[in-house]
Amino acid sequence: MPFQFTVSPDFSPDHLSGWYIFNTWLQKQTGQAIHLEMYSSFQSQREVIQRDNIDLIYANPFDAAMLVREKGFLPLVKAVGVSDEAIIAVSADNFIDDVANLLPGTKVAVTEDPDVRMMGMIMLEPADLNASNMEVTVYDTYILVAKNLLQGNVDVGVFLAEAYDDLSNMIKSKLKILVRSQISVINHSLMIGPKFADKRDEIQNLLVSMDQDDKGKSVLKSLGFEAWTKVEDEEMEFMIDLMDTLAI
Amino acid sequence: MIHDMKPADIVGDYKEAVLDLYGGITRIVLYTDIETPYPDGKLIVSTTDKEGIITHVNKAFVEMSGYTEDELLDSPHSILRHPDMPAVAFKDLWDTVNAGKHWQGYVKNLRKDGGYYWVKATVIPNIRQGKVVSYTSVRRKPSRAKVEECIKLYPTLF
Repeated sequence: MPFQFTVSPDFSPDHLSGWYIFNTWLQKQTGQAIHLEMYSSFQSQREVIQRDNIDLIYANPFDAAMLVREKGFLPLVKAVGVSDEAIIAVSADNFIDDVANLLPGTKVAVTEDPDVRMMGMIMLEPADLNASNMEVTVYDTYILVAKNLLQGNVDVGVFLAEAYDDLSNMIKSKLKILVRSQISVINHSLMIGPKFADKRDEIQNLLVSMDQDDKGKSVLKSLGFEAWTKVEDEEMEFMIDLMDTLAI
Repeated sequence: MIHDMKPADIVGDYKEAVLDLYGGITRIVLYTDIETPYPDGKLIVSTTDKEGIITHVNKAFVEMSGYTEDELLDSPHSILRHPDMPAVAFKDLWDTVNAGKHWQGYVKNLRKDGGYYWVKATVIPNIRQGKVVSYTSVRRKPSRAKVEECIKLYPTLF
């Protein structure tokens, strides 16, 4: 039976082929058959996780608690220097310059990304905005969030900072950032399931030394990463605790 | 370690109060009317042991408190206790987290320079192998309306 590998559905579309390249590299290095399955929604991916059909996952921090505490997953690595940050933006011609001045009834555009959405909601709290007094619309992509902001269909957009930074200069020139989070400790992690826990050290060692040869470096580049670094159990527990504090 | 506050560290005109802190500690605090606004987009994160002694702080904690990391580590978390905060709020905090539950509330914190900053604080017990081993506190920017409510409410709780 091959390993079942999946990637959090919030991966950047630019890196889709990179994950397949990474999977090929990983199979060669481990001699283990690994099947990569990408899911288009968090919901469909979670259903497969619930059926215990995932062995390896590049997981959104929001799902980490469920993976570790309910499914017995263990952390392997995270990308060096990469953390999940969120941006609250409005149209450039919006007179509001401070989140605190947003009013009840504000129309907010988000995507399904659970951690970014949570960070965004936290950054809207200073305006006393919450699920009960704002109008939230979920879009499939950040491009659509930007488009609806520019068309005036929504007042505020919640973006993954990386996705916002990747928008074209033309689009960014028509938007205005109100807040950019600086949390630093929330990040995606590659995690391994309990059926293959005995392979954890082997895979972890392969990954942390991946940037030390040209082939590995080029695979990392296709993912948009420079290197992997080990995630200790306690570091993962701490991030889960942190996510717990933010979810309430 | 926690010490009495020193006039040399204070910025602006100050008042003095004596606080009775958890663990039988008495501390002289000096405080001013100068508020430092909570920075947008940041979280203040710290961890304490079961006795409330600080074991980890992040950069935002250091920046907002005015203390150095060395001054904060090994000090009781009550180093931030402002005399305007009623003791009953912290009793509720400890009762809640000791019961293994999450606590959330609005807190006025005291800076090393005598100034203050308001936070929305969440404290959770860190449970490892079924046992509480420490506590993590995460502070975020509060809504001004909630802060105004607390400014009215807290003086009635002494």
